[in-house]
Amino acid sequence: MTLTVTSLRSAPDQAPSIEQSPKGPIAFSLRGIGKSFGDKTVLDSIDLDVHEGEFVAVIGKSGCGKSTLLRLVAGLDQPTSGTLTHSPDTAGATRTRIMFQEPRLLPWARVADNVAVGLTGISKGKAAKEQALAILDEVGLKDRAGEWPYVLSGGQKQRVALARALVAHPGILALDEPLGALDALTRIEMQQLLERIWLKQKFTAVLVTHDVTEAVALADRVIVIDGGRIALDLDVSVPRPRRHGSSELARLEAKILDQLFGTGSARA
Amino acid sequence: MLTIKRILNDNVGWVLPILILAGWEAASRLGIMSENVLPAPSAVAEAFWRLLLTGELITNIGVSTLRALAGFVVGGSIGFAFGLANGVSSLSRGVTDTTLQMIRNIPHLALIPLVILWFGIDEEAKLFLVALGVFFPIYVNTLLGIQGVDPQLVEMGRTYGMSRRQLFSRVILPGALPSIFTGLRYALGIMWLTLIVAETIASSSGLGYMAMQAREFLLIDVVVLSILIYALLGKLADTLARLLERGFLQWHPAFKTA
Repeated sequence: MTLTVTSLRSAPDQAPSIEQSPKGPIAFSLRGIGKSFGDKTVLDSIDLDVHEGEFVAVIGKSGCGKSTLLRLVAGLDQPTSGTLTHSPDTAGATRTRIMFQEPRLLPWARVADNVAVGLTGISKGKAAKEQALAILDEVGLKDRAGEWPYVLSGGQKQRVALARALVAHPGILALDEPLGALDALTRIEMQQLLERIWLKQKFTAVLVTHDVTEAVALADRVIVIDGGRIALDLDVSVPRPRRHGSSELARLEAKILDQLFGTGSARA
Repeated sequence: MLTIKRILNDNVGWVLPILILAGWEAASRLGIMSENVLPAPSAVAEAFWRLLLTGELITNIGVSTLRALAGFVVGGSIGFAFGLANGVSSLSRGVTDTTLQMIRNIPHLALIPLVILWFGIDEEAKLFLVALGVFFPIYVNTLLGIQGVDPQLVEMGRTYGMSRRQLFSRVILPGALPSIFTGLRYALGIMWLTLIVAETIASSSGLGYMAMQAREFLLIDVVVLSILIYALLGKLADTLARLLERGFLQWHPAFKTA
């Protein structure tokens, strides 16, 4: 573990305050990350260290580059400039999983088989089936294991997608607005489920969202991206379980909205 | 009460044909329709029984079915192979698709004179025509099916570390299956159509030949019988395709059982 941190420290250090923090080993770190599509620069020299087991929310207006950032972290795209370092996991390879805005379940595979997709190249047959059922139990869908996806509701499908992402116990879970398409009540339920599983499995979570309430309710730390840069890096040190609508969360929410829209218009 | 309703529901498609037959029989019996225009269904049934006893009917149906299936297997597999190759590889598509689309626009039955010159009226001629006719619906729909697979699912498969092979067998092929079945059903229709035309024009056995012979001897009941058998065989092929579809596409909301 010490070795890991040393190797990361050898990168050009631009954020010394985070480096010294007592939060534990770093899960991944971005140094001078930039991404452009053609002439358009979406991300511009981003520096970011995320610690193991940390829950980070990335927030910003649409088109600010937050989803691009997530795709880079998940390895779906390559940065145009800069370096992205993953710490080598104690077990060997750090596994990163991504959960998309849509459930993206295979319509022709039953629920348990869809979850087992998360074990591709890891385990097969009976072992995979057992692991799939265990994680389905955790998201409360064990009794639906033999069903086709089309019979499930939107929230249930997203829970299956969450089970698929977590079945192989990833080190990092990247979430690309996975709750954006759900209705308000289902969303709160999913947030609680996500928090519960995160507390239990202790993976590093990176949640891209445009919902400020969701960000402060779930995250240890909120990153605000504006114009391709990190505009705000805010610690949310409110103890869990957090109560929706508490004044402390509201204060943090206002601060983030101020950052996004400029002072005074936050309550508009 | 419920079961009667269900039986009616399941067989509602047969009500109209049976009514038509009954009306037809009545019209013949009452002398509204001349025997020389259209024989009564009972006369056709008699012809059916006669030919069944001589064994002529079974032989001809057998010969035609075998031809149809042989042509279908040959043309269908080539079409399927091209559809898969061109769906997966843009190089393969670039090289062959334009050519195939040009050939597709030639009505394959227009090739009959040429085919007779090449193969005479032997089995190869029928096989060739059926295979050519079946090729295109299978090819086009397999290609469309693969191209229509949700790219988000493909991306999902990649992020979960599926190999190209796994991606193909678990995401691309199942995703293309509904479209492939559509192609299959079109192809079955074209299969019978082509075979019958080919047998009518150039053959020395089979259902089409039987109908042409009957025409020469003015056996109008046998001609009508042949036509009815085409209809039944076509329906049979379609039913088989539907059963397969139901088995393979259980996951599809359109095919849900109960």
